[in-house]
Amino acid sequence: MMSAYIDFIRMRFLTMLAYRVNYYSGIIIYAINIGAYYFLWKAIFGEAEVLQGFTLAQMTTYVAVSWMARAFYFNNLDREIANEIRDGSVATQLIRPYSYLLVKMMQGFGEGLFRMLLFMVPGMLIVCFIFPVRLPSDPLTWAVYLVMLLFSFLINSQINILTGLFAFFVENNEGMMRMKRVMVDLFSGVLIPIAFFPGWLSAVMQWLPFQAITYLPSAVFTGRTPLHEAYGAIGLQIVWFVLLLLPILFVWRAARKRLFVQGG
Amino acid sequence: MKYAVLLWEYIKNYAKTRLTYRADFWIEVLSDLMFQGMNLFFILIVFQHTPSLGGWTEAEVVFVYGFFMIPYGLFTTFFNMWNFSERYIVKGEMDRILTRPAHNLFQVLLENVDPPSLIGSAVGAIIMAICWNDLGLAFHAYDLLMLLLFVIGAVLVYGGIYTALSALSFFSDAPTGIVPLIYNIQNYGRYPVNIYNKTIRFILTWVLPFAFVGVIPASYFLEKKSDDISQLALLTPVVGIVFFILGLSLWNYGVKRYRGAGS
Repeated sequence: MMSAYIDFIRMRFLTMLAYRVNYYSGIIIYAINIGAYYFLWKAIFGEAEVLQGFTLAQMTTYVAVSWMARAFYFNNLDREIANEIRDGSVATQLIRPYSYLLVKMMQGFGEGLFRMLLFMVPGMLIVCFIFPVRLPSDPLTWAVYLVMLLFSFLINSQINILTGLFAFFVENNEGMMRMKRVMVDLFSGVLIPIAFFPGWLSAVMQWLPFQAITYLPSAVFTGRTPLHEAYGAIGLQIVWFVLLLLPILFVWRAARKRLFVQGG
Repeated sequence: MKYAVLLWEYIKNYAKTRLTYRADFWIEVLSDLMFQGMNLFFILIVFQHTPSLGGWTEAEVVFVYGFFMIPYGLFTTFFNMWNFSERYIVKGEMDRILTRPAHNLFQVLLENVDPPSLIGSAVGAIIMAICWNDLGLAFHAYDLLMLLLFVIGAVLVYGGIYTALSALSFFSDAPTGIVPLIYNIQNYGRYPVNIYNKTIRFILTWVLPFAFVGVIPASYFLEKKSDDISQLALLTPVVGIVFFILGLSLWNYGVKRYRGAGS
């Protein structure tokens, strides 16, 4: 059975590979965005040495690694699920002997692997040439970061799946998906590290899963979070991964009872 | 005159189709505003940590952003061409357009008109008015006239660039991915251009003149800075007209070359 799921990873990876040309321009787009925020942060720092525990060098690295991590964990699982619900093809998926949600996760992972190898890694290399990014020298930091990145992917995909499943309950969840994207970009810390948020807001963010997607791993990568505190951050990611399973399973149960496919 | 009647008919049609899905309309407005809100929120957070950005104060940068929102809202209302290549070239709808007497670009633009974006313009104007007051700027009657002129110029800059980009689909069958590329570059135009290095500044002023949509015309109303880009502000309508003519010429040339997608 497991081999069937692994095959979903492989199939999605190969499909993505067929359209790889689309992602070359993606690397340039991400480099452009990193450039915009690099200059912006340089101007924000001005004469200051350290802001909110970040040096300018760390901030540059933060911007670069956060955008490139987004290149990896980003996927359209929410849109895929919503489309399958709307056009009714979810019905044929449901009668197959596999778990629909697990298959979606696997397909997302196949896309993630593709994005990692052909988008994030070459993108990071290019960005390191253009901007003064400082990569960590300790191999342990790299190892910890990779584990955290995996959880970034899992948590982001869980949020996507949850958003997509709402298509069972509302006619059109297009607006919801757009809002979710804005919220994830803002609250996960891609644009601004959580540490820069005003006190009350960063206090709220401590209790939400978004920081686990970008802020926690990037802070470890840049060295702002020392390695001995990083394990706590991984723990937090694991807690969110488990906690987010509950609403997904709950919504999934409620959704299957409601499903009503027209025509077909 | 004929075009004014057509415009009205298209808008009436739009209203009829949209009224069927009222909830969608408000969700679209809300998510647009949230997106703008995120950018504003970014500016507000930035100024919690620095008193000035390249010599610009918080109220000034927010003022620039407010100004930017006005032409941007108008632009997204009337130049909503994101899916031009897919809908008109790949699916062949361009052939239908070409059989009608009105100018083809005019038809394409009106078929995709998106009035909810105008709410963004209104919010931008309010933000600008609040900052105007906060900054204690003098208000003259002719400022309104200048504002109108700048807004029209800025919309033409955007319109020209995106018309040219859409026209590229006449020459290439596959989507080129260049539109999202440019879309991301335009984010640079909202902040004071002097924070960038010389190359980027030059590109934003003369090659892809997104600075003429935000910071340059807005600086006309603000206190003069040391590098004084406000001198360029009066060029906004000129740059707008030049870029729109360039875009339109490329479009017309593309239409002439267009042979249809077949079958």
